Amino acid sequence: MLLTYVRRELRGRLRQTVIVAVGLALAIALVLVVNAASAGVRNAQDDVLESVYGVGTDITVTQAAEPGAGGGRGQFSFGAEDGTTSDDGSTTVATDQLSIARGTMAMSSDVASTISAADGVSDVTATLMLTDQTFSGELPDPGSAPTGPPAGGGGGGGGGFGGGNFDVNSFSVEGITPGATALGPLAGATVADGRGFTTADAGADVALISQSHADSADLSVGSTITLTGTAVTVVGILASDDSATTLSDVYLPIDVAQALSGLTDQVTTVYVQGTSADTVDTAAAAITAALPDATVTTQSDLASGVTGSLSSASSLVQNLGRWLSIAVLAAAFGLAVLFTISGVTRRTRDFGTLKALGWSNGRIVRQVGTESLVQGLIGGVAGLVIGLGGILALNAAGISLSGTTGGAAAATAAAGGGAEGPGAGAFGGTMPGRVGQAASSTVETVLHAPIDVAFIATGVGIALIGGLLAGVIGGWRAARLRPAAALRSLD
Amino acid sequence: MYTLTDVSKTYRNGKKEVTALSHVSLTIPDGQMVAIQGPTGGGKSTLLQMLGALDRPTSGSVLLGAEDLAEVSSRRLTELRAREISIVFQGFNLIPTLTAQQNVETALVPLGVKARERAERAAAALDSVGLAERSGHLPAELSGGQQQRVAIARALVRQPKVLLADEPTGNLDEATRDEIVALLEQLWREQGLTLIVVTHDSWVARRAQRQLRIARGTVTDSGVQTPAA
Ligand SMILES: Nc1ncnc2c1ncn2[C@@H]1O[C@H](COP(=O)(O)OP(=O)(O)OP(=O)(O)O)[C@@H](O)[C@H]1O
Ligand SMILES: [Mg+2]
Repeated sequence: MLLTYVRRELRGRLRQTVIVAVGLALAIALVLVVNAASAGVRNAQDDVLESVYGVGTDITVTQAAEPGAGGGRGQFSFGAEDGTTSDDGSTTVATDQLSIARGTMAMSSDVASTISAADGVSDVTATLMLTDQTFSGELPDPGSAPTGPPAGGGGGGGGGFGGGNFDVNSFSVEGITPGATALGPLAGATVADGRGFTTADAGADVALISQSHADSADLSVGSTITLTGTAVTVVGILASDDSATTLSDVYLPIDVAQALSGLTDQVTTVYVQGTSADTVDTAAAAITAALPDATVTTQSDLASGVTGSLSSASSLVQNLGRWLSIAVLAAAFGLAVLFTISGVTRRTRDFGTLKALGWSNGRIVRQVGTESLVQGLIGGVAGLVIGLGGILALNAAGISLSGTTGGAAAATAAAGGGAEGPGAGAFGGTMPGRVGQAASSTVETVLHAPIDVAFIATGVGIALIGGLLAGVIGGWRAARLRPAAALRSLD
Repeated sequence: MYTLTDVSKTYRNGKKEVTALSHVSLTIPDGQMVAIQGPTGGGKSTLLQMLGALDRPTSGSVLLGAEDLAEVSSRRLTELRAREISIVFQGFNLIPTLTAQQNVETALVPLGVKARERAERAAAALDSVGLAERSGHLPAELSGGQQQRVAIARALVRQPKVLLADEPTGNLDEATRDEIVALLEQLWREQGLTLIVVTHDSWVARRAQRQLRIARGTVTDSGVQTPAA
């Protein structure tokens, strides 16, 4: 009887049923789309952050370079011993420098143990970010001022030195702890060829290189790279697909990197994993207390540091989307409640009659509540369908988002660099793609709003809440009616 | 059997007090047919509410058998409304979204009757008021007289001890009025009900064994008579 009455009642006042269901459906669809879009943006943000800081990193600790300090700006020093002077007075030089990456400053490797002792820290790994710059070529005789046309100028890349012929090359080198795969820059990276590092590689002159560096420098597994005079064997090539970490060009065991760069017991970046997501802020505070000079950055700091269309999308979804869906949801709930109350008022005589026939208050409340719930569920199912359509449309639109991490200084650095070979008078060389905290990295992702169980649960949950809310209020009104109302409201 | 002793009912609307029943004492034996008449606002419907367990008196006692309706729990009042007492209204009071058959079934719902038996008993009740072939119709698709027949079927389907009717023919034309009164009389006779009918219509009142008049909350009793032929 209950369900028959519910069905007949909802059909009997079809217009109200449709209005309330459509209101709920639109609100639910909006909430679902906003939720999914926001999850999609969050995923995109995670992708960007992971591509910069690796998977699983909750906190990074660095020490920012003071202006003018720090290594990395290619200050080549040419001594007499660096080259041989030929008969015509020009000097042939070949130099190879491995120095600390620009924008970062070395810290003692002791910080890693200080950090791992901090509260809420479960895992720590330290790296050393370096830039290798090679310069080779011929410098003209400083005595013969170039008055005539430059002789044998470097074709497309004639440097600022008239008549010189030289080649500048730069790539990023990073020292990592061999065998530490769970955390750090290579967490989430995959080996495309050869092998990865194991703990046995500590101290060995071996290297992992990125696929892109392998391509550009024409290297493969078994090749050797000469770094400040030491030959290092390539043992593995890291796959570079766009979702994975933005890789450095060359990875070395950290002790080898320290030895080759002369930065014994120095590190530039410490990757920290918290014991749980909730303890990250506590851990960050503890690290800051222990290392007041260091820059301690949590994932959420990093997320707020992401700029570009990704961050616009994020604030759009977070602010406008959230408030809009709350407003529409409130309106839909209000509509459902108002229609239910007016429905109960209109049915005063009906409920009075049923009470006069011996229907208990509980039965009347169940009746009104079930009507509202069924109404809510109709809205919920319609909302799920509309929301699903909306999300599929959003995903089909293939909205591409780009996120840039890093500060303004890094952006300038990136703009200043980028010239392979002879720069326009600047010896900055190519900035490595990733130079720690201060570096800038732009990652393109396509917005993919996920559809999962939580999605359906949210839709059904909202519908049930809306239905229950209206049902409880309506049922309460109906229960308060006196059975004598059946005799009173004669028409 | 109803025994009313010194029953008063006062409605309070803010500061205004209206005394609808004032010190009414009265006995109605089982199986009697009683008509209640009186001017509008006299207290007829209020008295019917007391008899129908729809409301409690402000003071005095309303005994149905041995139970005082002024004292029993709300739950028991609900149960009495479900089992012992049925009411027919001037406005028919059918649920507009339910068919005739479903409307009759609503009276069996609080008794916990199973769906199948409910359907059978409702169909039989509709048949007994001559509406078997209209069972699938909505109230709006039926004439006033037919709607009141459905309401009577709904009242009688659970075989109550008491049938109360508040101006059951007030909304009907004369020919239909005669049909409905004849039907009520027939059911009263066949089922041994206590039938209490509030009416403005003297013709209807004269068919009862006993006439009560209520004016300004006070009852005058005609005593038992032989109903007019
Ligand atoms: N719920 C209520 N609140 C306030 N006053 C009420 C209420 N119900 C009835 N009354 C008042 O009590 C008095 C008796 O009302 P009642 O409905 O019993 O009269 P009645 O004899 O049935 O009249 P009618 O012939 O018009 O139906 C009237 O003055 C009425 O206004
Ligand atoms: Mg009345």
